[in-house]
Amino acid sequence: MKIILHIWRQRNADDKGRMARYEVPNVNEHMSFLEMLDVLNEDLIAKDEEPVAFDHDCREGICGMCGSMVNGVAHGPKPGTTLCQLHMRFFKDGDELYLEPWRARAFPIVKDLVVDRSAFDRVMAAGGFISVATGSAPDGNAILVPKEDADRAMDAAACIGCGACVAMCPNASASLFLAAKISHLGLLPQGQPERHERAVAMVAQANQELFGACTNIGECEAVCPKEIKLEVIARMNHDFLLAKLAGRGAAEEG
Amino acid sequence: MSTIAIHPIHRAVRFYEAPIGKKAVMAITGVMLVGYVFAHLLGNLQIYSSDAEQINRYAGFLHNPANAAALWAARSVLLLAVALHIIAATQLWLQNRAARPIGYVKKADLPASYAARTMIWSGPIVGAFVIFHVLHLTAGKVLELRELGPNMPDVRYNVITGFSNPWISGFYILAMILLCLHLYHGMWSMFQSLGISHPRYTPLVKKAAAVLAIAVAVGNCSIPIAVLTGLLTY
Ligand code: HEM
Ligand code: FES
Repeated sequence: MKIILHIWRQRNADDKGRMARYEVPNVNEHMSFLEMLDVLNEDLIAKDEEPVAFDHDCREGICGMCGSMVNGVAHGPKPGTTLCQLHMRFFKDGDELYLEPWRARAFPIVKDLVVDRSAFDRVMAAGGFISVATGSAPDGNAILVPKEDADRAMDAAACIGCGACVAMCPNASASLFLAAKISHLGLLPQGQPERHERAVAMVAQANQELFGACTNIGECEAVCPKEIKLEVIARMNHDFLLAKLAGRGAAEEG
Repeated sequence: MSTIAIHPIHRAVRFYEAPIGKKAVMAITGVMLVGYVFAHLLGNLQIYSSDAEQINRYAGFLHNPANAAALWAARSVLLLAVALHIIAATQLWLQNRAARPIGYVKKADLPASYAARTMIWSGPIVGAFVIFHVLHLTAGKVLELRELGPNMPDVRYNVITGFSNPWISGFYILAMILLCLHLYHGMWSMFQSLGISHPRYTPLVKKAAAVLAIAVAVGNCSIPIAVLTGLLTY
């Protein structure tokens, strides 16, 4: 089948950038979306043109590297799916698709569809960890975790940090990402000692990175490839407010 | 030392600096405004009392000089709440706009959530309406107000003559529809902002917010409609 693509082309961070139109005439329905872009790039290279830069790594939906807007939806039209796991059978012959990079002040464009998501790394460095003395492996059952908490922590831990939530949010807010990380650790016993400092520190860092604020619209939840729920954002708000209102001061220093 | 001394002002500033702090302020002030909206609705509905003087008695009670201190205390608290609500909304709106300086060529809206997206428009229009409403029925700057005596406005007359003008009625009805949208999103969103969410109860909270928001709009809109259709006459 034939697919018509309108792709954002931008040479580097300083370039103004523009949409460019391409036709991929020989798309096989079993291709993944990224394989379709590979085919386009082979054509472009053969024609001595600059291939389209896009991020990818695992191509099995677990690393969080890939992603672009497809007709205004992060990771394309199929819910709960990363771009690399989206297959061309979900499109029709002759479809016109607009591919754009994640747009946020906190995610500067590197080239074409590639954006710099190191703001997420700095948010993680601010509090997305637990401090433990490493040593020999502890007994796996030494600390008991209620099954329900383990499941909910696991659901939150499914976040691959792809940035689709930021890209889709009308406010370019990173709340779903932040909240997933805060909930993942905050639901487990090992995450309790730093639970409140973590929420305060990560929220403050995200604010410094100039992400927007949450207005409870729910576009992030709709496109999250790991189907993380808005409920985690309420949990983050809860942890943050409790730290600020009931904390004895340690969290404010953090 | 088990606690770290932190100046209360610094504590408040750091709290408010975070978007979650601002949203908490919006939620708390929102609750106060919602409380006012419901109290006001109950006041308004007294116009349907079989006793035509009921609403004027209620107005007389509010305007009674003996109650002036309480009235002004309530007004000050509400005014402060409105001010904080608007300041926080404006700051968040500016932050959110700045967070995406370059928009998309194509952007879908998933989910539709019309009410949530239009909070920043429904809010200010309702705010402008509130000013008009006070000028109209409290200050008497739109139409001359009639009084039965000192501190005894003839509310029944003033409301019915005001609403006989279809432009005034139309603006009231439009504002109530926007208030309905604002309240629908606001009344469930405030739970989320304050950290309360549960897969069993949040869907119920959303339904309750819709029912209450529609009840406010229907209750308030019924008055201009009743006047225009001649069901409510002086
Ligand atoms: C007058 C100007 C007003 C403006 C500019 C305004 C603006 C806003 C905005 C932007 C939000 C945030 C929505 C979100 O982030 O989810 C909001 C929330 C809210 N508003 Fe207003 N609003 C106004 C008046 C009112 C009035 C008159 C009421 C009630 C009668 C009200 C009740 C609420 C409530 C309950 C919330 C929820 C707070 C939250 O999300 O936690 N607002 N408003
Ligand atoms: S490339 Fe790893 S998630 Fe898509």
